[in-house]
Amino acid sequence: MDSLLEQIERGTLWQFPGGVHPPQQKSLSNQQPIARLPLPDKLVLPLKQHIGANGQLLVDVGDKVQKGQALTKPSANWSLPVHAPTSGEIIDIKPMPSAHPSALPELSIVIAPDGNDTWCELSPISNLQELSHKTLIDILHNAGIAGMGGAGFPTYIKADSHQPIEFLVVNGVECEPYITADDLLMREHAQEIVQGIEVMQQLLKPQRVLIGIEDNKPQAIAAMEQACAHNSAILVRSIPTKYPSGGEKQLIRVLTSKEVPSAGIPADIGVLVQNVGTLFAISEAVYKGKPLIERVVTVTGNTINKPQNVWALIGTEIKHLLDCQGFTPVPEQRVVMGGPMMGFTLPTVRIPVVKTTNCILAPDNQELAEPGDEKACIRCSACADACPQTLLPQQLQWFAKSKDYDKLEAYNLFDCIECGACSYVCPSEIPLVQYYRVAKAEIREQKLDQIKAERAKERFEARKERLEREQQERQNKHKRSTSRAAKPDAEKAKVADALARVKQKQGDQSAVQAAIERAKAKKAADGSLEPDNSEVALERARRKEQARQYKEQKHSEDAASSESSNETSSKKDAVAAAIARAKAKKAAQQSEQQNEQPQQAQASESETKKSDDEPRKAAVAAAIARAKAKKAAQQAEQQGETQAEQAAESETNKTDDDPRKAAVAAAIARAKAKKAAQQAEQQGETRAEQTAEPETNKTDDDPRKAAVAAAIARAKAKKAAQQAEQQGETQAEQTAEPETNKTDDDPRKAAVAAAIARAKAKKAAQQAEQQSASQGEHGSDAEPQTPEQKRQAAIKAAVAKAKAKKQAKEQEGNDPS
Amino acid sequence: MKLSMASSPHNHSHKNLSRLMLTVIAACIPGIIAQCYFFGFGVIVQLILALITASLSEAVMLRIRKRPVWPALSDGSAWLTAVLLAISIPPLAPWWVIVIGTVFAIAMVKQLYGGLGFNLFNPAMAAYVLLLISFPVQMTSWTPVSSLLELPPSLVDQITLIFFEYSTHHKDLLGAMTSVDGTTMATPLDAVKTAVSQNLTVTEAMMGKQFTTYAGIGWMWVNLAFLAGGLFLLKTKVINWHIPVALLGTLALCSAIGFILAPGNHAGTLFHLLSGATMLGAFFIATDPVSASTTNRGRLIYGACIGLLVYLIRNYGGYPDAVAFAVLIMNMAVPLIDHYTQPRTYGHGVAK
Amino acid sequence: MTLFYALIALGSLALVFGLILGYAAVKYRVESNPIVDQVDAILPQTQCGQCGYPGCRPYAEAIANGDEINKCPPGGEATVKKLADLMGVEPKPLAGGEQAEPVKTVAYIREDECIGCTKCIQACPVDAIVGATRQMHTVIDDECTGCDLCVEPCPVDCIDMLPVEQTKQTWKWQLDAIAVKQID
Repeated sequence: MDSLLEQIERGTLWQFPGGVHPPQQKSLSNQQPIARLPLPDKLVLPLKQHIGANGQLLVDVGDKVQKGQALTKPSANWSLPVHAPTSGEIIDIKPMPSAHPSALPELSIVIAPDGNDTWCELSPISNLQELSHKTLIDILHNAGIAGMGGAGFPTYIKADSHQPIEFLVVNGVECEPYITADDLLMREHAQEIVQGIEVMQQLLKPQRVLIGIEDNKPQAIAAMEQACAHNSAILVRSIPTKYPSGGEKQLIRVLTSKEVPSAGIPADIGVLVQNVGTLFAISEAVYKGKPLIERVVTVTGNTINKPQNVWALIGTEIKHLLDCQGFTPVPEQRVVMGGPMMGFTLPTVRIPVVKTTNCILAPDNQELAEPGDEKACIRCSACADACPQTLLPQQLQWFAKSKDYDKLEAYNLFDCIECGACSYVCPSEIPLVQYYRVAKAEIREQKLDQIKAERAKERFEARKERLEREQQERQNKHKRSTSRAAKPDAEKAKVADALARVKQKQGDQSAVQAAIERAKAKKAADGSLEPDNSEVALERARRKEQARQYKEQKHSEDAASSESSNETSSKKDAVAAAIARAKAKKAAQQSEQQNEQPQQAQASESETKKSDDEPRKAAVAAAIARAKAKKAAQQAEQQGETQAEQAAESETNKTDDDPRKAAVAAAIARAKAKKAAQQAEQQGETRAEQTAEPETNKTDDDPRKAAVAAAIARAKAKKAAQQAEQQGETQAEQTAEPETNKTDDDPRKAAVAAAIARAKAKKAAQQAEQQSASQGEHGSDAEPQTPEQKRQAAIKAAVAKAKAKKQAKEQEGNDPS
Repeated sequence: MKLSMASSPHNHSHKNLSRLMLTVIAACIPGIIAQCYFFGFGVIVQLILALITASLSEAVMLRIRKRPVWPALSDGSAWLTAVLLAISIPPLAPWWVIVIGTVFAIAMVKQLYGGLGFNLFNPAMAAYVLLLISFPVQMTSWTPVSSLLELPPSLVDQITLIFFEYSTHHKDLLGAMTSVDGTTMATPLDAVKTAVSQNLTVTEAMMGKQFTTYAGIGWMWVNLAFLAGGLFLLKTKVINWHIPVALLGTLALCSAIGFILAPGNHAGTLFHLLSGATMLGAFFIATDPVSASTTNRGRLIYGACIGLLVYLIRNYGGYPDAVAFAVLIMNMAVPLIDHYTQPRTYGHGVAK
Repeated sequence: MTLFYALIALGSLALVFGLILGYAAVKYRVESNPIVDQVDAILPQTQCGQCGYPGCRPYAEAIANGDEINKCPPGGEATVKKLADLMGVEPKPLAGGEQAEPVKTVAYIREDECIGCTKCIQACPVDAIVGATRQMHTVIDDECTGCDLCVEPCPVDCIDMLPVEQTKQTWKWQLDAIAVKQID
């Protein structure tokens, strides 16, 4: 058994499975030499003509450029520069239709040639052997050379392969029908191609260079053999004509018997493939210093009067090529960029020649018939017999039609090279390749979506974590600040105890008990933010408290007898109130809702009871209550809140014979309501609303009080409505109504009440769902029960209007208002 | 005037479905001629009946399924089914046999499964089996070769026999089958089977007038004609070689082994290859692409299994011939075979 | 006696098969994700809350607990189908009769109108909006899931949901959709 190298030396060729033999049609264009075209009116240079990233723009609109001048500079990985194909002026830089099946716009530089065609300064190389590897790679990179056979892979990356290269395969197969660009290039420029090969030899040091040319190009084979006769490492191989033997993977198989692993690259098996056009460009770049600014393009097809190969500047519009070669379009004309098997149709002829454009095919409808209607697949597997990749195209087709992407991948859809052999032989004329392309695009998109979803999830979770952490930090801060305050608190508690003892003689123990309890509870709550813990702690505190209460009771009984003379001292009372305030404030800051608020409420209530015969005391008590309420409400949830509200109510009850007190109470209530509403959920909210009502009832004989109460109610309603959900909302509506009923004998009050109602209604309507809205409507229906005041009615109407407006805006419902 | 857009490839081999189907029908012609020569023109009448019925039932079904009629009808697949069924049944079977069979094949087996390409079973063979089970008398009443008949039915006789089940010269079908010596004669396969079951040797069984040295008179030539048609199909690459070769190879091998082991009870290889529907089955029935395996290895397995089943049923089963049963059984195994015989895709299974 | 033998035979058979099954259960144990993780993996992770849950994970949990599978408009029919497969239920049309294929969008802030209120930043579930108080904000469109949640809070309505622009990489070979020009 000979070694692989020996077999290759002997000229052994291998077979790849499948393949088809479409009509060659090469003689159309391979009879004439490569022609040179006149300069076009304008050149359109897409920034990206290869696989990889755009270069960075170096020029601006209005700049004058010289032939061969770099217009972009490579920035990111895999980016290549583009060069001015001729001298002229840059007249535009904008997105233009690109040379891609989708023709999606691509940022392009538009150059108006000045006709002089003056080269910029070139730096040709003569001493190839002395150049370092890096310098050579940079030359290739800066010349903007990309694979000219098809995909447009940046050549400098291939040439800089870090894997050892055993065989350099030169692709001169040109298996697509019609195309003769490489054929003619080999015939006319075999010397330069071999020079290019030698540059690659120096870069990659392959054992052998294998030039694969199909046996339908005898002249090209002869030319190449002659040109490389001096170099024994270069072997020219004539391979049987079969499509798609020019496919990279197939050519490697034919020349070396090796197979490129799936999802791998040829370098993985020590092979590197270069197109002859690319090698020519390499030789031009190295030996003449010319960047890649032109290429050979076959212009062919039966609608072309003079089919032949031309040197086309990169950026020349297809229209120019067609016009120069004479073009008589037929109905339903197709203009194909590339060959008949893998090329794509152009939606417009104003698309530029790019680095990968090897052929412009303008067939009439006889030579390449329009595809017929797709018929049912009969599973004849002619496609499988034709597939050069040994796939099962008809199975893939079923899966593609049913969008079974997992199966598609299991049947190796991504090994499909889209050569079109399957579609070519299909007797049912199923556009198989199109199905695969769509499926591939879908799968790719799904994978991207998957990655994106994964990322979104990560970010979402990171955010959640961050928010939690922030909250934790906030809580910790609170904790720290309160523990700092805990000591004075404890002292104060002691004083309070003492004072409570003083108070105790007045015969009422409950306030003192409450105060003590509060202090205890606060302390208990101090270290335990978790509700469960706090409850446990509370329980403990309570038990302690009971014990202590018992003691105190005994003690205060003693005290009561001894200190009864101080009974009416207002000064002491004030002090007690101040203490209580301080306590309440601190307590409220941290206390958890359930334990804290009832106590607070009770406390404030009782306190108020005590002090209500003295304005000063009342004010103090009110201030205390306010502070408490504010803090409590900040953290309170619904139940506690409701209780606070109730407390506020009773407070108001007590103080209603004193305007000043009333104002204060109102202020308290407002503050509470505001804060409470911010966080309260619906049930609690509803209750708040309900309490607002009796409040108004009580205060209605004093205009000033009424105004205050109204303000409170408004504030509450506004906040409540913002967050309240529908049920609570509905109730708010309903309560707004009775309120109005109560106050209707005073115009001023009425106005205020109306304002409240409006505010409520507005907010409510914004978020209320349909049901609640309709309930609201019922409410307004009921309103005519109080018809005495026209003004009121008008206001109500305004309210209703506002509601309706909001409702209509947000709802699709069939509300008749 | 606008440019038109299309997906690559922009070229096509100009193979199309109807041409494919018509080629297969054309390849049946030698076999049909041989049948006419040996069994009379009844087969032509059956063909005409089958073609008309197939076209009608296909059209009706397509209309019911709200599909365009002409594109599907013109692909010729219904006609091919009709032809295959018509040449499989006895030429003088009553007209309603072929009509029922064709309607069943097209309406039930093909269209109800979703039309061309979706049918799990070979429509012609499914219909054949239906007929064989439902009308065993009519379906086994193969007239002996005309030359052996006492009174070979004329064309008119055959037509009246088919449509009215009697003719001016024959009381009934059975009468028409009466041979020169006044006995009715079975097909060669049937004759051998009956003889073996009666403890006669195959050689004794083949002493009968309907036998030549190798196989049945007429049947041998009909099979050879189908072989010729099949070779034409291979030549024109309409079918792949895998299924016929595997099928005939297995059948030949099995019968050879059987003959070597027990020549008395087992007919020879040539007898098996040239009797019954062997060649028709190998080249025209088993190769139906829709219901056959689609991978090359799968086709070998599929063909070989059919060959084996044919041999087993012929020798040990209740029916003299077995192509239809074997094909239907293997139709059911196709998805499994396909699943396990995926070819190795380029670049897979090589060291990276 | 026969009965005895039969019992022994059956018993030992049961034992043998039991052992085999037990071994197989251990040896070929399928490591399966908890169902919530699997559902979560199918959901598009836009965190948009259109299902009524505060994010994809909570909805995944809800589905695992028997909620409807058709509440995810961003995922479209494809997601419903996959969920149906996973949960072994019939696929349903999307709730609310949304269009079958959701158009992918990204948020775009008209930057000259932005007042820098940070409300959208707080609303964004995936932190895809950057900016600071009284500084102009902008959307990192690679990270934007198109959930719409930032549109509502914006007090000056300067956020638009724009359809994701098609690129050559995301183009899906809709040849019919290409505007064909006259030959000129």
